[in-house]
Amino acid sequence: MAVAAERASGTMAEGARAAAPLAVAVGVFGIAFGVLARDAFGATASLVFSAATFAGSAQFAAVSLVGTGGMAGAIVAALLLNSRYLPIGLSVAPSLPRPLWRRLLAAQLCVDESWAIAHRGGGRYDARVLIGAGIVLYLAWLVGTALGLLGGEVIGDPEDLGMDAAFPALFLALLAGQVHDRRGAVAAVLGGLVALALVPFVPAGVPIIAASVVCLIGLRPVRA
Amino acid sequence: MSDAWIVVGIVSAGTIALKSAGPLLLGGRELPPRVMGVLALLAPSLLAALIVTNTLGGDRAVELDARAPGLAVAGVALLLRAPLLVVVAAAAAVTAGVRALGWLA
Repeated sequence: MAVAAERASGTMAEGARAAAPLAVAVGVFGIAFGVLARDAFGATASLVFSAATFAGSAQFAAVSLVGTGGMAGAIVAALLLNSRYLPIGLSVAPSLPRPLWRRLLAAQLCVDESWAIAHRGGGRYDARVLIGAGIVLYLAWLVGTALGLLGGEVIGDPEDLGMDAAFPALFLALLAGQVHDRRGAVAAVLGGLVALALVPFVPAGVPIIAASVVCLIGLRPVRA
Repeated sequence: MSDAWIVVGIVSAGTIALKSAGPLLLGGRELPPRVMGVLALLAPSLLAALIVTNTLGGDRAVELDARAPGLAVAGVALLLRAPLLVVVAAAAAVTAGVRALGWLA
């Protein structure tokens, strides 16, 4: 991945290139989502879901629960999984372009992967990299969903291809590029431990939100 | 309206609201240094949580399965300064292989 100088501003093409390897994994998961969602939701609602929500884990949770856990369970689980976008949205807000309609549009392209790719260190984000990466991932998710709805059974189970390990591997690579100092390392270790401790006890999504509280250690002034 | 459309409508509206809240609340303002200090640590803590939940998270349980060796290989590839595509592909390949062999099922 290109290492940009901290203050230099990147381009949409840079974001798109960085997101390309992930777009393959996202596309395959989109196919899996389309295959699973067709029975539960029907083709039109499934495609609208991918276009409007653009969050794989939440959509999978909703589809898997609407059959067994009922409608309310599906809605609550999906929104809990996406509640991380509140702190994520706050973190990118100062870096997003003006005017307001562009800010809000760019915010919709902010998903875990595009957000992490666009981080330039120190809590600053490159909006153009975010938008470029977000568009590539969005198209991959939509096209994947459409292919799955058209009958993607030929692709097979994405888990047989190990695609579920592609995401933590990516997040690890991004984390390695973002820990610049001791504080960052401490925040990462604590965040991981908080999430691990909570996984058995709370619904999916909550451990990630709880781990975000660790960032409050940043309130302590830095010792010189 | 069917259950599916109600779920799609509410989840989509809720997600768009969650993503829009930050930009709406903050406008384009620069944040005070202490707040920036906090937000700088949001990426490492959230990424670590995403790694843990995507690798070991199961249905309300910690599960050690084929994803863990995939992540371990990704870690080694990173230490060897492999390109991102190689890191991600190696993790997927190892996880697929371990799964195909029936280890850590």
